[in-house]
Amino acid sequence: MNSRWPLPVADLIVAGAVLLALLGVSVSTTALPPAPWHTAVALGVAAAQVSLVAACFMKLRFRRGLIRVFAGAGLFWLCLLASLISADYLTRR
Amino acid sequence: MRPTLAAIEVETPHAVTVGLGVWTFIATEILFFGGLFVAYTLYRVNYPHVFAAGAREMELGSGALNTALLLVSSVFMATADRAVRAGRRGWARACLLATLVLGVAFLGIKGLEYRSHVLHRLVPGPGFRPGTDPRLQMYFFLYFAMTGLHAAHMILGLGAILWLLREEALGRISPERPEPVAVVGIYWSFVDCVWLFLFPLFYLPGR
Repeated sequence: MNSRWPLPVADLIVAGAVLLALLGVSVSTTALPPAPWHTAVALGVAAAQVSLVAACFMKLRFRRGLIRVFAGAGLFWLCLLASLISADYLTRR
Repeated sequence: MRPTLAAIEVETPHAVTVGLGVWTFIATEILFFGGLFVAYTLYRVNYPHVFAAGAREMELGSGALNTALLLVSSVFMATADRAVRAGRRGWARACLLATLVLGVAFLGIKGLEYRSHVLHRLVPGPGFRPGTDPRLQMYFFLYFAMTGLHAAHMILGLGAILWLLREEALGRISPERPEPVAVVGIYWSFVDCVWLFLFPLFYLPGR
């Protein structure tokens, strides 16, 4: 167990500020002319925000390996679900 | 005497069991929402212009404000967890109340958005706005299904927070028994994570 768990309140506030800043980045792309890379940026920002929430607020950063495996299991099965559905669409004539 | 943080850093077997249980539940929730996200992806890949047109009907300001409210509520929820572990009952109560207020505000803004969509005849079905691309109904079906499901999870989360406030008032939550707050906190953060993907998928395309 990491000796800094639970996170000091200051660290939680900093994490919140970073999350809001990332939201600003995402929204600010709408000020530019529409472009295909906007989606990539928006989803990249969302992934970064979710990672930060999972690490700091859901405390995955401080949990032992087995809990991280259980946490990752959901994503694994989601990838399996997406792959199987996509296989149908990609192989349709 | 308040417990030192060092004394509560050791993860008990009970805490590990609770952690495994809640993450198993979160895994099922990921699959629950995941199917809809996969459906969204497939339809958007095949009809990108329809989704861009749908996103332009959204109130970007409301969506961004709702995202900010949820992010701040997650900070309060995590702070409540820490406060409980440190034996700071007043802080824990205040942070749980703040989370509750922000969650209600989110649902209020969402309700106003839904009302606007109804008034603009954007609800899929026979009464859908005439003169617009009928394929836009695909976007709005996914929008109402996914954000509606998210809102239902928010309502359950608010119910859980009310239960936590009651348990705290009855003295059943303490540094020796912090798991209820931790479990609800993880659930609340998960609901936040779902919205972090819903916002860019429904409010930002084509802008």
